[in-house]
Amino acid sequence: MQRESMEFDVLIVGGGPAGLAAAIRLKQLANEKGTELSVCLIEKAAEIGAHILSGAVMDPRALNELIPDWKEQGAPVTTAVTEDRVIFLNETGGRKVPNGLLPDCFLNHGNYIVRLGNVAKWLGEQAEALGVEVYPGFAGAEILYDETGAVKGVATGDMGVTREGEQGPAYQPGMELHAKYTLFAEGCRGHLGKQLEAKFNLRDGVDPQTYGIGLKELWEVPAERHEPGVVVHTTGWPLPSDTYGGGFVYHLEDNLVAIGYVVGLNYTNPHLSPFEEFQRYKTHPEIRKYLEGGKRLAYGARAIAAGGLQSQPKLVFPGGALIGDDAGFLNAARIKGSHAAIKSGALAAEAAFEAVTAERQRDKLAAFPEAFKSSWLYEELHKTRNFKPYMKKGLWMGSLLFGFDQKVLKGKAPWTLHNSSDHDKLKPAAECPKIDYPKPDGVLTFDRLSSVFLSNTNHEEDQPCHLQLKDASVPIAVNLAKYDAPEQRYCPAGVYEIVRDESGQNARLQINAQNCVHCKTCDIKDPTQNINWVVPQGGEGPIYQGM
Amino acid sequence: MKILVPVKRVVDYNVKVRVKADGTGVDIANVKMSMNPFDEIAVEEAVRLKEAGIATEVVAVSCGVAAFQETIRAAMAIGADRGILVETDVELQPLAVAKLLKALCDKEQPTVVICGKQAIDDDSNQTGQMLAALMGWPQATFASKMALGDAGGQMRATVTREIDGGLETLEIKLPAVVTTDLRLNEPRYATLPNIMKAKKKPLETVKPADLGVDVAPRLATLKVAEPPKRSAGVRVADVAQLVDKLKNEAKVI
Ligand SMILES: Cc1cc2nc3c(=O)[nH]c(=O)nc-3n(C[C@H](O)[C@H](O)[C@H](O)COP(=O)(O)OP(=O)(O)OC[C@H]3O[C@@H](n4cnc5c(N)ncnc54)[C@H](O)[C@@H]3O)c2cc1C
Ligand code: SF4
Repeated sequence: MQRESMEFDVLIVGGGPAGLAAAIRLKQLANEKGTELSVCLIEKAAEIGAHILSGAVMDPRALNELIPDWKEQGAPVTTAVTEDRVIFLNETGGRKVPNGLLPDCFLNHGNYIVRLGNVAKWLGEQAEALGVEVYPGFAGAEILYDETGAVKGVATGDMGVTREGEQGPAYQPGMELHAKYTLFAEGCRGHLGKQLEAKFNLRDGVDPQTYGIGLKELWEVPAERHEPGVVVHTTGWPLPSDTYGGGFVYHLEDNLVAIGYVVGLNYTNPHLSPFEEFQRYKTHPEIRKYLEGGKRLAYGARAIAAGGLQSQPKLVFPGGALIGDDAGFLNAARIKGSHAAIKSGALAAEAAFEAVTAERQRDKLAAFPEAFKSSWLYEELHKTRNFKPYMKKGLWMGSLLFGFDQKVLKGKAPWTLHNSSDHDKLKPAAECPKIDYPKPDGVLTFDRLSSVFLSNTNHEEDQPCHLQLKDASVPIAVNLAKYDAPEQRYCPAGVYEIVRDESGQNARLQINAQNCVHCKTCDIKDPTQNINWVVPQGGEGPIYQGM
Repeated sequence: MKILVPVKRVVDYNVKVRVKADGTGVDIANVKMSMNPFDEIAVEEAVRLKEAGIATEVVAVSCGVAAFQETIRAAMAIGADRGILVETDVELQPLAVAKLLKALCDKEQPTVVICGKQAIDDDSNQTGQMLAALMGWPQATFASKMALGDAGGQMRATVTREIDGGLETLEIKLPAVVTTDLRLNEPRYATLPNIMKAKKKPLETVKPADLGVDVAPRLATLKVAEPPKRSAGVRVADVAQLVDKLKNEAKVI
């Protein structure tokens, strides 16, 4: 069966804040100028927003610019931040940092606590109303190039291919979507973005990207424990001070509390389990007080690209651009990327619109990186660019240096520190202390499987495994032998399991791909980069409801 | 031959539902909705009958809020030719839906109505049966196999149903109502080209009043509660204690 194809002016891959903002901006410009412009957006989740997992405290600056009357339009952005609490935790207690000592970028006055998935869903409705063709349930599986080597679009994945890679009874070929410009907005560690970086050498001359894994739960708590608008950030316990990470508790509307934990993926001890760290984090007296008597409603996880400007790849290549977290626009010091995603999407849209109206196609959208350089977003990211590298010096020293950088030098330090890659940081298991994690109590803390259940994730079992091993012997010969198979612990969904036969011999790696929540951690942290995450069938994966 | 397929929008089968804290129902705010899986099977069966040259037109109909349009579009992406939405914000109960469908059947004169045996949200398993009764048509419920054919100038449906302990095959005269069971077929994936085409297919919207149907609810929901958590099992010392517990604690003997 041959693939059908269709032509658009602009194609957008990924319906997060970046992709949706780009789609909206393109149609706004076309409608203002009275020109025809066809814009298509595909999203691998079953519906827009269902794969979005964030905090999230949102800086409304970019949204104000994109849709100035978002309040009247009913945006689900309603809970203004009323108070910031930054707490250094030790095992039994915590010390709140006086707000006067906090750098401005840690203060959230004027920001909103949102469920970013709901914001995305709303942005999707705005995009459709403007005439964008929005197709959830379809994953960009393959990049298409024209004869000059420029990107000419993507193909969606085939459906109904069996585990062995053959066409099953329900087989349906994917579709080719061609465009003058294709914007890649896959979020952190995009699977196509990664290929583009390699193909067009977009990472030449920049630092490696560095990441964190963020785990999150949504809780409904008793009204008397709920403090709408309160934003709590913590650092310190339970992670050792040489491991970067921290937690957050955001009090949303309707007695809902978002609680999450981020662990830098440059951690060195292979025995560490980000999931278990998160679970025991909730038992700290300063944290459990917000949750007691409440009920956990949802769970999920997603990687975060935290390298900032130093790690940002080149943004454009012939035929398209990377936007949002696919290009690492997140501000790691503020752990905020949603405003940056929206802004970068809008800027790329403006460049693409100008190019299409000038009847150009499939060249480099040089106007996009130029506009970025002169935007407030660049200024913001430049100011906090040294945060992540300072944090490599450990929690206390890092905080001190970053505080000095921001409070005294106002982010204008004459130096720029560098990032390094995450996957090669693990030390051999034998050299590291084992970590004894407490058992879940089923009330405040949980095991991984009952957690994954709440992500509503689902994959057809009879399809090729979407977690590909470059070399099938590495999981045992290297990962197990040297690092005690760290994928068993860093995967927040329990996808990777070492199983043995009855005699405890013949260890092999079992991949429970149907549990995957698309966080991309394995693609990042596997010590030899042997795991390649590719898109499964469109419409599968988690179904988050406003995460 | 025209086939009418009623489709309902329900909470997606992958989603774990949550009972609202005040016990008035299941929380569906921000929850992903999809076509009722049994209805998807019904659409697939109708489309296969059309592809086999037996049916000439497949009409997907739905009753509910404006968003139910999405479900009709999904049916069109599988292959339904056009759609009708009876739009209302009133909470619809099976009898109201059956009455609306009757009005549509009177108007559209389909030869067969294929509907899901039940919707996975309220599990009522009533609408198809009520519709057949209101129309005075034969019905074959829980079909796991169906064939349409002409026997001596009379169109008939041969339907295999799953019953306790075996299969039962019925032959009914058309027009009739058939409701689908899980094993009737495996619905196809809606492809992107077909979803694009579905956007351009005709979709008509009518109101219950246009059809002269009173949809006011007849039943009141008193309370919705989560199933009780299973309490941990206990180990009994001997038969006497077991009998005692069954009698006095569980009160089952
Ligand atoms: C735990 C955590 C806490 C955070 N807290 C905050 C916060 O408090 N404030 C804040 O501003 N930011 C926060 N962020 C960051 C913020 O969520 C991201 O910066 C933002 O979501 C990036 O937007 P994006 O559109 O670039 O990518 P994403 O939001 O990741 O969206 C990408 C979309 O593309 C889809 N996609 C990916 N690949 C494909 C493909 N091949 N084909 C089709 N579709 C595809 C995905 O399914 C997804 O829907 C947090 C992130 C995490 C993980
Ligand atoms: S398999 Fe990889 S992408 Fe999927 S949940 Fe586990 S770590 Fe994340």
